Amino acid sequence: MALHSADIARFSWGALRGYPTRTVLMLVAMAIGVSAVVVLTSLGEGARLYVMDKFASLGTNLIIVIPGRSETAGINPSTMMGETPRDLTLDDALALTRSYKVRRISPINVGSARVTHAGRARDTVILGTSAEMLAIRHWELAQGKFIPKMDLDRATSVAVIGKKIRDELFGAERAIGKWLRIGDRRFRVIGIMGSEGRSIGVDVQEIVMIPVASAQQLFNTSSVFRILVEAKTREAIEPVKQFIIDTLQKRHQGKKDVTVITQDAVLATFDRILGALTYAVGGIAAISLAVAGILIMNVMLVAVSQRTAEIGLLKALGASPRHIITLILAEAFLLSSLGAIAGYLLGQLGSWIIRYAFPVLPAYAPAWAVLISLLVAIVTGLLFSLMPARRAARLDPVQALSRR
Amino acid sequence: MIELTHIHRNFQVGDQVVHALDDVTLNIAAGEYVSIMGPSGSGKSTLLNLLGLLDRPTSGTYRLNGRDVTSLSDIEQARVRNHEIGFVFQMFHLVPRLTAEENVELPLMLAGMPVEERRKKVASALKDLGLEARSHHRPEQLSGGQRQRVAIARATVTEPRVLLADEPTGNLDHKSGEDVIHILEQLNQRGITLIIVTHDLEMGQRAKRQLRMLDGRLHSDHSDGQPAELDHGAS
Ligand SMILES: Nc1ncnc2c1ncn2[C@@H]1O[C@H](COP(=O)(O)OP(=O)(O)O)[C@@H](O)[C@H]1O
Ligand SMILES: [Mg+2]
Repeated sequence: MALHSADIARFSWGALRGYPTRTVLMLVAMAIGVSAVVVLTSLGEGARLYVMDKFASLGTNLIIVIPGRSETAGINPSTMMGETPRDLTLDDALALTRSYKVRRISPINVGSARVTHAGRARDTVILGTSAEMLAIRHWELAQGKFIPKMDLDRATSVAVIGKKIRDELFGAERAIGKWLRIGDRRFRVIGIMGSEGRSIGVDVQEIVMIPVASAQQLFNTSSVFRILVEAKTREAIEPVKQFIIDTLQKRHQGKKDVTVITQDAVLATFDRILGALTYAVGGIAAISLAVAGILIMNVMLVAVSQRTAEIGLLKALGASPRHIITLILAEAFLLSSLGAIAGYLLGQLGSWIIRYAFPVLPAYAPAWAVLISLLVAIVTGLLFSLMPARRAARLDPVQALSRR
Repeated sequence: MIELTHIHRNFQVGDQVVHALDDVTLNIAAGEYVSIMGPSGSGKSTLLNLLGLLDRPTSGTYRLNGRDVTSLSDIEQARVRNHEIGFVFQMFHLVPRLTAEENVELPLMLAGMPVEERRKKVASALKDLGLEARSHHRPEQLSGGQRQRVAIARATVTEPRVLLADEPTGNLDHKSGEDVIHILEQLNQRGITLIIVTHDLEMGQRAKRQLRMLDGRLHSDHSDGQPAELDHGAS
């Protein structure tokens, strides 16, 4: 004697409708639990994506070469002997292009200088760089052109200026094509950097960029401050890192005197921390969901004792213990699924509100969190109804029927 | 068809043992009309519950249609209850949220019968009891007599061979009670074995065979008005 599933569903649905207070109570408990998971994880995930995005805007698959060994900085024999670490040069940078795993490189020089035009002046950061920088940092020009592709050691007198610099020096006047003075040299403005404001550290609107060789002349140096290297793929980062170390060691007479950092490492740390945070809040919410299970158990126990006579009757009519367990669990399943769905919708509404209130946060609950919360809700609903269901199945029909 | 031999049913109440049934031996043939009478607490309901497999004896054997049913598993007993036995209770025991039709359908649903077949059986059971017009009413919308008729429809829709009724008129006024008894007797005339527990003497005497219980024992067993006193003192 097997019950038809349509009958099970109809009977359980009828039972739920027959006791609306109990049903609503359980639905609310479930819905709160599930929506808590959805909202909290969407918040955590939103924060993670926000930070990741900020970092990603520094550049993808980016490797930064810094002169000097940072790990052994304090006790480096060369520093002890009063030597300064060997500088990075443009030739070093050029040598780093000789791997097919390297997509592009850009050496940079940084300094500060006075920029003047038509009597107006301000001190600002000067960034010596190359044409590739635009692509490496995912920058976009507001107007004009960027530093043209050319040999790294060519010092042409062109400058790309930030929007704020333009506003301060040129006002409403058209800046492209005009000359300005940086220190004692003249440069022609060829491009304006807009506000995409996504970059951490530098505000491109407030700097002036010139070719790296020009910057070397300006600051009277033959070295470069950093070399930025972009690997072709994420997998290429490690081999490229090794390639950089080997190449520069060869070029520096066998000395390992550079530090290579990947922003991937930094990114990974943040990713881990924020990911863990999301898991943690999701976990806590899921636990609270499991606690809702205890409420479910109690409510189901009440349901069973409320319906003692009905269960006794079903037994008298030929329901086996298995039938009774099936019917009670079906009821719990229906209840927790409906609660879970309601909670899911509520949670989506919640994260929508978060996104509406904080547009920078991409607060979408991750799929795993949604899946787990639905699963936990349904499984706890069933698990915690097992005991009441068993109790119902064991009810003595004679006593169940004689009770009033 | 029903053979009880040396049935005992003891209840442990605190540290006292209550002998609700004390060595009951009884045979009932198919198609009989039996009433069970006796004072309150004499074991009538306990006996009926045992007959209906709602309860198991402490000792003794119960054979139903030649098969020993005392040793069956819960699942097998449930099947026997579903197929071979119909119950009518004093309290009707209709499920309040279900309509008359749905209440009658319950045993067929538990049997896993296909929907169309069920519909037909339910409709004809309700029709037999003059309840066609009430099939979509819920119990609260029905009178006591109508409720008991729905309960009878439910008990008979599976076409059981035995109908067990525990004080079926106990909660009804005289007129409805009479109606219900008439219905039950009609069913008996069509072949069903009918066993009614009652403490209404007049009602009990309508049965062709009348059992009297006293202190858990079968005190007397009249058939067709001819007393056949049981011998107690001997054992
Ligand atoms: N579940 C039970 N637990 C303890 N005693 C019971 C139980 N069921 C019945 N009894 C006792 O068994 C005896 C017979 O009960 P019952 O069959 O209900 O009597 P009747 O139906 O004739 O009034 C009574 O003394 C009653 O108290
Ligand atoms: Mg009784």
